[in-house]
Amino acid sequence: MTTAAVSILGVHAVGMTFEGVGGRHPALEDISFDIGARDLVAIVGESGCGKTTLLRIMAGLQRPTAGEVRLAGVPIVRPEPQVCLVFQHYAATLLPWRNALDNVLFGLRARGVEGGQLRQSALALLDRMGLAADAQRFPWELSGGMQQRVALARALIRRPRVLLLDEPFNAVDERTRASLQELLLSIHREERCSIVLVTHDLDEVLHLSQRIVVLAGRPARLRQVIDGAAGLSREALRTHLSVVRGRP
Amino acid sequence: MRGFEGRALGYALVVGLLLLWELASVTRLLNPFYFPPVHQVGRSLFEAALDGRLATALLTSLGRGFIAFTVAAVLGVGLGALAGRHLFFRQLIDPIVELLRPLPSPAIIPVAILLLGIDSSMKVFIIGWACFFPILLNTIDGVRSVPPALVDTARNFGLRYAETLFTVVLPAATPVIFTGLRISLAVMLILTVVTEMVAGSNGIGFLLLEAERTFRIADMYGFIVALALVGYGLNRLFLLVDRRVLAWHHAMHKAPTP
Repeated sequence: MTTAAVSILGVHAVGMTFEGVGGRHPALEDISFDIGARDLVAIVGESGCGKTTLLRIMAGLQRPTAGEVRLAGVPIVRPEPQVCLVFQHYAATLLPWRNALDNVLFGLRARGVEGGQLRQSALALLDRMGLAADAQRFPWELSGGMQQRVALARALIRRPRVLLLDEPFNAVDERTRASLQELLLSIHREERCSIVLVTHDLDEVLHLSQRIVVLAGRPARLRQVIDGAAGLSREALRTHLSVVRGRP
Repeated sequence: MRGFEGRALGYALVVGLLLLWELASVTRLLNPFYFPPVHQVGRSLFEAALDGRLATALLTSLGRGFIAFTVAAVLGVGLGALAGRHLFFRQLIDPIVELLRPLPSPAIIPVAILLLGIDSSMKVFIIGWACFFPILLNTIDGVRSVPPALVDTARNFGLRYAETLFTVVLPAATPVIFTGLRISLAVMLILTVVTEMVAGSNGIGFLLLEAERTFRIADMYGFIVALALVGYGLNRLFLLVDRRVLAWHHAMHKAPTP
């Protein structure tokens, strides 16, 4: 187990087995790692290896069949608003009958913050996302990259302690991806949250993350946690990962 | 402009057919007892409208119809939402629904008369019964088609079960639920007339049958025309509500992909 300086989100011996028609399908086995305060972590692994399931477990949307996830030491047993998950199919998670601003405000009960104040911070967030002019537009009037920004703003307004992003920049073009990556880095600099992202893109991993959690095998197990990923070269990372995948 | 021409021709065709009827009846080409001239039908309808018979009958009929429709909508959407969200509940009600749904609703009128008599309660029951199934089935479909990620996002944000249902699931399913409501609105009018014809002493269905039995044939046609207008009006009214409530849905499907 790799321990970060101050653990915010701890994944402890997590295992997940699905009961299906054809019997038991183990998806994750004995996975442990820690997400530290203000960490920027990438989870990599072959597609279909259970990364999304792991994120869902970390957000409390699914109970693991073994082990547990702890938020600041407290086991997560139900969906946890402080661990905000932005889904891979983020477009489907925006409410088509609400405009961008109302989507950001979706589901927020006053919680001691006045309505007007909340609205102001939503507008400020949209402004920071470069969507100041689009607050009144509906999700289906926005491009994929803009929808992703709305989904990000909606997560950030909740001031989560951990932000989970499932292949966040998969469905957008090269230029949009680059600007979204910069946006993510600036969010990481300015917000007080840890960020965990699942991705396939090695350049993205190197560009964005400080630590890399590598999953491999079926069921997926933790193969390696690479610290100080920022100093790594693309080739070095590729070698790391191919060793993990059993290919020279 | 071609659309306009087609529509104008369509209306001209209706007027032409009415004229043909009028001429055939006046010249006795058609038996005027069975086919009274159009102007006589118009006069009968006008008189029934003036002396309040029509309004009273329509109010009685539509009052019953709407009570039944509302009860069916509340039960259909409520149970449909449960069945759409929970596999167990869906499997629980599926055999009953599949057995009862294909049953033509008028077939249970005798049972309803036996248990409830021939008054309003029997009619409300039959109309509600018939309206219930399209709403139930469309609500199940609509709720099942809500993207799971949308529901998970609501859960992730800490929304409770009822909050998720009312602020996410049902609004997202509304376009499909409205299809069911629209079908049921047509069914409502049909069953309202049928139940009043089978048993009863008031309502537009009763007036219609009574006119035929007492050989007031022009009256009979007049009531049929009135029913056609009511059906048309109800549908227009529904479309008006639909366009308002589902404005986002219609705009979304018209919008080019950004």
